[in-house]
Amino acid sequence: MTAAAEQRTTTATPMTQEQTLDSLGRYEYGWADSDFAGASAKRGLSEAVVRDISAKKSEPAWMLESRLKALRLFDKKPMPTWGSDLSGIDFDNIKYFVRSTEKQAASWEDLPQDIKNTYDKLGIPEAEKARLVSGVAAQYESEVVYHKINEELEKQGVIFLDTDTALREHPELFEEYYGSVIPHGDNKFSALNGATWSGGSFIYVPKGVHVEIPLQAYFRINTENMGQFERTLIIVDEGAYVHYVEGCTAPIYSSDSLHSAVVEIIVKKGGRCRYTTIQNWSNNVYNLVTKRAKAEEGATMEWIDGNIGSKVTMKYPAVFLMGEHAKGEVLSIAFAGEGQHQDAGAKMVHMAPHTSSTIISKSVARGGGRTSYRGLVQVNKRAHHSKSTVKCDALLVDQISRSDTYPYVDIREDDVAMGHEATVSKVSDDQLFYLMSRGLTEDEAMAMIVRGFVEPIARELPMEYALELNRLIELQMEGAVG
Amino acid sequence: MATLEIKDLHVSVATEDGPKEILKGVDLTVKAGETHAIMGPNGSGKSTLSYAVAGHPKYEVTSGTITLDGEDVLAMSVDERARAGLFLAMQYPVEVPGVSMSNFLRTAATAVRGEAPKLRTWVKEVKQQMGELEIDPAFSERSVNEGFSGGEKKRHEILQLALLQPKIAILDETDSGLDVDALRVVSDGVNRYKASGETGVLLITHYTRILRHITPDFVHVFAGGRIVESGGAELADVLENEGYVKYAAIQEATTAS
Repeated sequence: MTAAAEQRTTTATPMTQEQTLDSLGRYEYGWADSDFAGASAKRGLSEAVVRDISAKKSEPAWMLESRLKALRLFDKKPMPTWGSDLSGIDFDNIKYFVRSTEKQAASWEDLPQDIKNTYDKLGIPEAEKARLVSGVAAQYESEVVYHKINEELEKQGVIFLDTDTALREHPELFEEYYGSVIPHGDNKFSALNGATWSGGSFIYVPKGVHVEIPLQAYFRINTENMGQFERTLIIVDEGAYVHYVEGCTAPIYSSDSLHSAVVEIIVKKGGRCRYTTIQNWSNNVYNLVTKRAKAEEGATMEWIDGNIGSKVTMKYPAVFLMGEHAKGEVLSIAFAGEGQHQDAGAKMVHMAPHTSSTIISKSVARGGGRTSYRGLVQVNKRAHHSKSTVKCDALLVDQISRSDTYPYVDIREDDVAMGHEATVSKVSDDQLFYLMSRGLTEDEAMAMIVRGFVEPIARELPMEYALELNRLIELQMEGAVG
Repeated sequence: MATLEIKDLHVSVATEDGPKEILKGVDLTVKAGETHAIMGPNGSGKSTLSYAVAGHPKYEVTSGTITLDGEDVLAMSVDERARAGLFLAMQYPVEVPGVSMSNFLRTAATAVRGEAPKLRTWVKEVKQQMGELEIDPAFSERSVNEGFSGGEKKRHEILQLALLQPKIAILDETDSGLDVDALRVVSDGVNRYKASGETGVLLITHYTRILRHITPDFVHVFAGGRIVESGGAELADVLENEGYVKYAAIQEATTAS
């Protein structure tokens, strides 16, 4: 039993000091709620399971067909043989759909108590009350349980719904764009998502509308061996702007869960989309996510991707630069502690002239953890005058951790400017000595060095996420130095 | 009144050929209100003494004692020494990218004082000290020592001295690489720190010119890993005229061994 679960069940006997300290451990979202919905859910994947998911949602026939096609592709596709070790995933033991509540709540008070407690602990109602967000969605298990959008935005025609509702309420828009950026057959996990998807966010921003305050979503897995397969689809129309932020957590269980999302984004002419993720899954979640955007003429797509939790992450946000002067940017930050492998990076595909891309990746490995930067920059024929800059820096906190860099470059046009820079550094004895000679403990000194290292990315985060990141770094660095 | 006492200190560093002894029996006592200058040729072990007192892991104390007000300094970690009231202004201050000077200073002050300084008085305090040291306020938002010139780094070391107010300060070649104006500004900073009479200064230098700004009560000549001669301020004048030639034999005998 985990420390956090133990804390819940042994409230009658006070904990010893060791237990208390243990329960305060590194991962603070590790509690689990009681799990009636999850306990009764079926394990394993079959055509019957997929049909059942579709039927429960009363989906149109085309979606059921699409799911079944994806299932066939999933069966045919091989497991990736590169990247992280995925041999621990047991597809037969995963619960593919868990419905935790019968209907979506329109206010916090309407949420079932246990779910409300969860999001209270995550601090979400505060963010909403403080108007830090212009819309919030909360996904618990397979489905979105709470949803709200600012009325003003609604009047301007902005759509911010959970993906299931969007399929019902905006079928044409949905069918036009669904799967248009990432086909089911892209990889084994996009096929899996295509067959089993549930929940996620659907956003449409009409021409010229600027959504100034971020739209946010929070994803929470509660059931053990749960698979969360949210599907997010964002369409930013011409000249429009949106910033979407998502956070992810899960309890600590002794066996593994799977999170395999697909995120598709279309940014039309002159539009701009910024997508920020801080995933802090517990260290028993396989996080295998396919994220891709298409940027049309003069459009800008920015991925800000933070990977702190999970057991294994494989995630390479991509931008296909389809129109002239389109811009793509990925800022990626990864932490790997004991037993973690963060295989993260980016993919930039230049399809048109005068397109530009920037990839900045920072990773920190400690306690025997492993970080990999894996990136592809591809410049196709006719994408002349394209520019690309790649900079990846890795920081190793100790002698037992590992960092690798796999930069792939594929240039098929002559007139192109490419820059690539990669560094691996260690926290130097002299830096530690300098800070400690000013009174900082070794842990404090280490955390300060690490915070400084990731600062160029942290400053791009919304304030509350930047603060959260700082706190997570401090937790990660506690006792990091032996 | 604070007292730093160093007795028969032997210090080695690891080299490819095994440990090499650099300090060979140093005896020195620095009391509050006193300024000691340690002078000597390059390679005599002056900087090793400063690092050993501050606790740099590269320097291993093989025998001898260091105490601050009777407390065993050698039993303390680097940060405990700082919180006990020791300070080392470094010859080569280290860069910490991404950490702003203001954040660094406040974190250090919080650690050494044991509580976070009140924001309003703190901002005023830092501003005033930066003004005295003629540091452009824009530096507070720059990363610690990153891209600073030699002179800027040294001014910031003295800024830390002013804010942390240690009991005993060791200044390791603070004068090296400073032009005339910077030397004056930095020296004035040290003199303000000394003015209370409750703090002690151990000033390590190769040249006598800083001693024209900061008057030592004692001058020690360092050669071959220990103090070979001690005197008053007048000893500095002798060194100014005669150089270290006189001590060269000791120095060579020890480096050869």
